[in-house]
Amino acid sequence: MATVSLTVNGKAVTANVDPRTLLVQLLRENLRLTGTHVGCDTSQCGACVVHLDGKAVKSCTTLALSVDGATVTTIEGLAVNGVLHPMQEAFREHHGLQCGYCTPGMIMAAVDMVSRRGHSLDEATIRDDLDGNICRCTGYHNIVKAIAAGAEAMGKAATPTRKAAE
Amino acid sequence: MSATGIGAAVRRKEDHRFITGQGRYTDDINRPGQTYAYFLRSPHAHATLNRIDAKAAATMPGVLGIYTGEDLAADKIGGLICGWMIHNKDGSPMRAGSHPALAQGKVRYVGDHVAVVVAETLAQARDAAEAISVDYGVLPAVVDTASAASSKTQVHAESADNTVFNWHLGDKAATEKAFKAAKHVTKLDLVNNRLVPNPMEPRAAVGDYDQGEGAFTLYTTSQNPHVARLVLSAFIGIAPENKLRVVAPDVGGGFGSKIFIYAEETVCVWAAKKVGRPVKWTSDRTEAFLSDAHGRDHVTHAELATDADGKMIGMRVKTTANLGAYLSTFSSSVPTYLYAPLLSGQYDIPAIYCEVDAVYTNTAPVDAYRGAGRPEATFVVERLVEIAARELGKDPAKFRMQNYIKKFPHQTPVIMMYDTGNYAASMKKALEIIDYKGLAKRKRDSARNGKLRGIGFSSYIEACGIAPSAAVGSLGAGVGLWESAEVRVNPVGTVEVLTGSHSHGQGHETTFAQLVSDRLGIPIENVSIIHGDTDKVQMGMGTYGSRSGAVGMSAIAKAVDKVIAKGKKVAAYVLEADEADIDFKDGNFHVKGTDKTLDFGSCALQAYIAHKFNGQDLEPGLKEGAFYDPTNFTFPAGVHICEVEIDPETGITRIERWAAVDDFGIVINPMIVEGQVHGGIAQGVGQALLEGARYNQDGQLVTASFMDYCMPRADDLPSFDVGMTVTPCPSNPLGIKGCGEAGAIASPPAVINAITDALGHEEVTMPATPQVVWRAAQKSIKRMAAE
Amino acid sequence: MYAFTYHRPATARQAAGLLAKKEDAKLLAGGHTLLPTMKQRLASPTHLVDLGGCADLRGIERKGRNVVIGAMTTHAEVADSAVVREAIPSLAYLASHIGDPHVRHRGTIGGSVANNDPAADYPAALMALGATIVTNKRKLTAEEFFTGLYETALEEGEIVVRISFPLVSKAGYAKFRNPASRYALVGVFVAKRGSEVSVAVTGAGEGGVFRWPEAEAALKARFAAKSLDGIKHTAKGINADMHADAEYRAHLIGVMAREAVARATGK
Ligand SMILES: Cc1cc2nc3c(=O)[nH]c(=O)nc-3n(C[C@H](O)[C@H](O)[C@H](O)COP(=O)(O)OP(=O)(O)OC[C@H]3O[C@@H](n4cnc5c(N)ncnc54)[C@H](O)[C@@H]3O)c2cc1C
Ligand code: FES
Ligand code: FES
Repeated sequence: MATVSLTVNGKAVTANVDPRTLLVQLLRENLRLTGTHVGCDTSQCGACVVHLDGKAVKSCTTLALSVDGATVTTIEGLAVNGVLHPMQEAFREHHGLQCGYCTPGMIMAAVDMVSRRGHSLDEATIRDDLDGNICRCTGYHNIVKAIAAGAEAMGKAATPTRKAAE
Repeated sequence: MSATGIGAAVRRKEDHRFITGQGRYTDDINRPGQTYAYFLRSPHAHATLNRIDAKAAATMPGVLGIYTGEDLAADKIGGLICGWMIHNKDGSPMRAGSHPALAQGKVRYVGDHVAVVVAETLAQARDAAEAISVDYGVLPAVVDTASAASSKTQVHAESADNTVFNWHLGDKAATEKAFKAAKHVTKLDLVNNRLVPNPMEPRAAVGDYDQGEGAFTLYTTSQNPHVARLVLSAFIGIAPENKLRVVAPDVGGGFGSKIFIYAEETVCVWAAKKVGRPVKWTSDRTEAFLSDAHGRDHVTHAELATDADGKMIGMRVKTTANLGAYLSTFSSSVPTYLYAPLLSGQYDIPAIYCEVDAVYTNTAPVDAYRGAGRPEATFVVERLVEIAARELGKDPAKFRMQNYIKKFPHQTPVIMMYDTGNYAASMKKALEIIDYKGLAKRKRDSARNGKLRGIGFSSYIEACGIAPSAAVGSLGAGVGLWESAEVRVNPVGTVEVLTGSHSHGQGHETTFAQLVSDRLGIPIENVSIIHGDTDKVQMGMGTYGSRSGAVGMSAIAKAVDKVIAKGKKVAAYVLEADEADIDFKDGNFHVKGTDKTLDFGSCALQAYIAHKFNGQDLEPGLKEGAFYDPTNFTFPAGVHICEVEIDPETGITRIERWAAVDDFGIVINPMIVEGQVHGGIAQGVGQALLEGARYNQDGQLVTASFMDYCMPRADDLPSFDVGMTVTPCPSNPLGIKGCGEAGAIASPPAVINAITDALGHEEVTMPATPQVVWRAAQKSIKRMAAE
Repeated sequence: MYAFTYHRPATARQAAGLLAKKEDAKLLAGGHTLLPTMKQRLASPTHLVDLGGCADLRGIERKGRNVVIGAMTTHAEVADSAVVREAIPSLAYLASHIGDPHVRHRGTIGGSVANNDPAADYPAALMALGATIVTNKRKLTAEEFFTGLYETALEEGEIVVRISFPLVSKAGYAKFRNPASRYALVGVFVAKRGSEVSVAVTGAGEGGVFRWPEAEAALKARFAAKSLDGIKHTAKGINADMHADAEYRAHLIGVMAREAVARATGK
């Protein structure tokens, strides 16, 4: 067992883990943050995407011990003081989810996309940039719409952005 | 229409928990003292199990129990069942091979369950599983669908020629006669590729046993928890139904694959009593590829006869369907009654004859996958029709419209009685959306850039909302397919609706609430939908075959009507009027011709306090239940048109446009319905362009991860233009037809018709990967150069 | 995963020390190849030496006529680097087409190069650009370094420290993605330095990345996509799998080579 300390959704946490523990297991099992999901074993589906020091990563392919000292934001940490993040709002407004399983990863990836590619995202850019996230339910049509709208809203919003949330 | 009533695009009530990470899926559930199960799976497609030695493994750290098929048998746990009896042409029953939850004597596909290890941690369970030594007597494997029946290797002792059944439907003699009279016959050989459903949430189960009560609880990823309980109780023998609770919490997609009762869930709940602690199993993606029931896998020869006017006069179809190594829960119904009765499509074809041979192979079981049988039928019909139009030199849209059924009701030669429809209306609207007139110019523009453009049509029909219990019973179903609902009104007028339908992405918590709020005239926030727990909901048949709207909601409507009727009785006492004079409108009971009213909430309160009436004349309380059994299938239909552009240099196909016009009858929430269409199209495009499960000769699944099995991603798809036409369904009180499968049914032939159009009628197989299309394009270019 | 002991050294030198001392130790970089392999229990190191804390292995620098990239630099850092985009834009382009955004945030150039996956993108760039692989022990050319499928010249205890890319006058990369995995089904990197031209092909070779002399000769005569018309790669020695057989892959080499040259020449 080894100790890992990090900041998750603004809170300092310390856990004693087997070195084999993946970040996603630390989140789901030790911290009971079950919003982050696992959908594959080959690092492709993106159901597990969280932000590590502000960047989207696949938490199923990151060792918990490797992120000692880092800052992690999960889907549970996106809304601040009960106010939904504009990207969360956009997914609901545009019906960007059905079963909801891919959704946390999608939303985290979308917020990251905005921080890399800006607030004005056209359809081709969004589709191209979404290749690390698989959704089986929606056919992506409404996810693409939601991300475009969410990106724009993030530009306008006085509501907290990711930086503030972290 | 109110802002939240029927027909409004109400934003989903369930979304808040999903977008904030508060959804509760099976793997999110942990029980105190929980242990972990790991299944040792067969690495061989076909082998005898000569000896399983788990002695060393049993002493490894953390191991609590190791069980094999013998332990299940010793506890008199029965095998998994197939719930639909199909009869051979000669009337004899199908040959069902035994299907133990843990293998006995033999393994029959890669991934088959050899043993289960239960340990303190998953890693310990897996370590121990690796230490189990198994002596396999490896046998040759039967893999190929078309040749399985002539293989010397036998999958099941019960079937000498690997045949499950030889089944047929339709009038053979009349069909032969039609073909003799035909002016033209179009012939087609096709393969409907094998698919892996791949809902993003893998299957999972937590089994729990309460020693004090002697009762089991199974939390599981199920589309129909009540059917799971029924099968686990009545057939497998885990426990009587009153001692077995099945809970299906949030479920991350199903598409059919979570209808079935599998080995892992069965073993987890059984093992919970064995080890005396809760047992959890969560599938990883590789296990999902190996052991979730796959879909499709048909090899078909089909022919269409037309007369001198281009009128369709007959169709004959011969299909071999691969059902895999064991008969999964509903597998036998898929290539039979969910398939052949749809072969008439939207067309007036007087004679149809279909033969289906189902075979066993050493591959994963094959069962219903989104659409189940109907995509297979539509692929046959719409490819045949397209090719016939080409051969006859007719415009494919006009040829279809010429042959559409125009008068309703219409009895097809293959069981179905279509109730309503207006197929030409959908076609015309779709042609407009796609700008069919501008196609020639778009083709020229593409050609100028060295690209090939093509258009493909698909006029699909499906039978859904399954279905009248008596009808399915007469066709061999082991269960009735009604649905139940209970409407509980609380004393303050809020409402809980308990439904046997199950939501795993379909948005029932919203649409069902819309219906109830609309009928009762109460705010949608005041309605909660409860589903997925056999302890709460008395009985239900679950969600598949687009049945939740047509059947599930009809049951709710019936129960709501009973609530209103009872409410009128209460109101009559309270308002001191005659019951016959009480009206209910917009959430108020009132006495006709007066201004005396009682709002719904007050009525509920009065029903519970029961001061105004005598409990002998009227029972206190306001709670009603209903069972609804439909009078017919429903028949959603529509037209999808796909336009593609192909780069002949690379073989890459890009879908440039998609027009979908569907008739789903009355629509409760258009936003949700469109979402269902989008998702269905994506799965159909996946089948047409990207997805294909492949086994090698030894029966190894070579597409066992997302690295090799290509899932549709955002950049593989366009945005879709979705339109609707409406003919209300006459066979249920709400006029709903169902929308869950349309996209997956309609889209594969639309894509393939578009590609073959672009390629100058050169044929391609599914999935039409860049390599397949490139090769066909080369052939087409050569042929055109020669012409 | 099987159990292992975890180490997190702060410098490359400490890492080398651990590798030398601990039996059956393996380096962990971005983990995007190694961790999935360990999860499937196909790799089972007893010690895992995480290079994530070695600041000296990170960073991108322009050194005279070279761009030098530390082994632990992520694909995203290369793709977004102003230095790389200015000096060798095709290399930034390549990095921006590896996997997906999340993979690029973790995966590293050192891990990719050390792993030498036959479908990886970087090997083509290293080979075509004439890069030098600097380890804690020596310097190697790409030709010396990539020795076969998943095989490199790295010896036990040897660590890739940085990679040095000499500047070229023109370069371009074109990739035909495997539709499922998104690795290169075929990737072609072309580079022109003075009168020298090199064409390196990844994804297609039975023995991993390789150069294509016929195309190089044709491009040497005239560096234009048209020069490749009519030149076909043989299907001999070319990979075949369910996504693409050898004939199709060989055809794609030609198509991707033309596209790469078109990109290099801005056409
Ligand atoms: C979904 C997905 C898609 C991908 N798509 C692509 C793609 O399109 N193109 C592509 O090229 N790659 C792709 N990759 C691979 C990705 O680029 C990996 O990051 C890369 O191959 C390995 O780098 P890493 O830093 O993750 O190394 P690790 O996985 O940590 O290590 C890989 C191997 O290299 C060794 N190693 C690591 N660093 C060093 C070093 N400095 N010195 C010596 N040995 C070392 C390790 O011991 C290990 O054996 C993809 C990966 C995934 C998961
Ligand atoms: S779980 Fe699929 S990428 Fe992490
Ligand atoms: S909403 Fe179900 S997988 Fe995306």
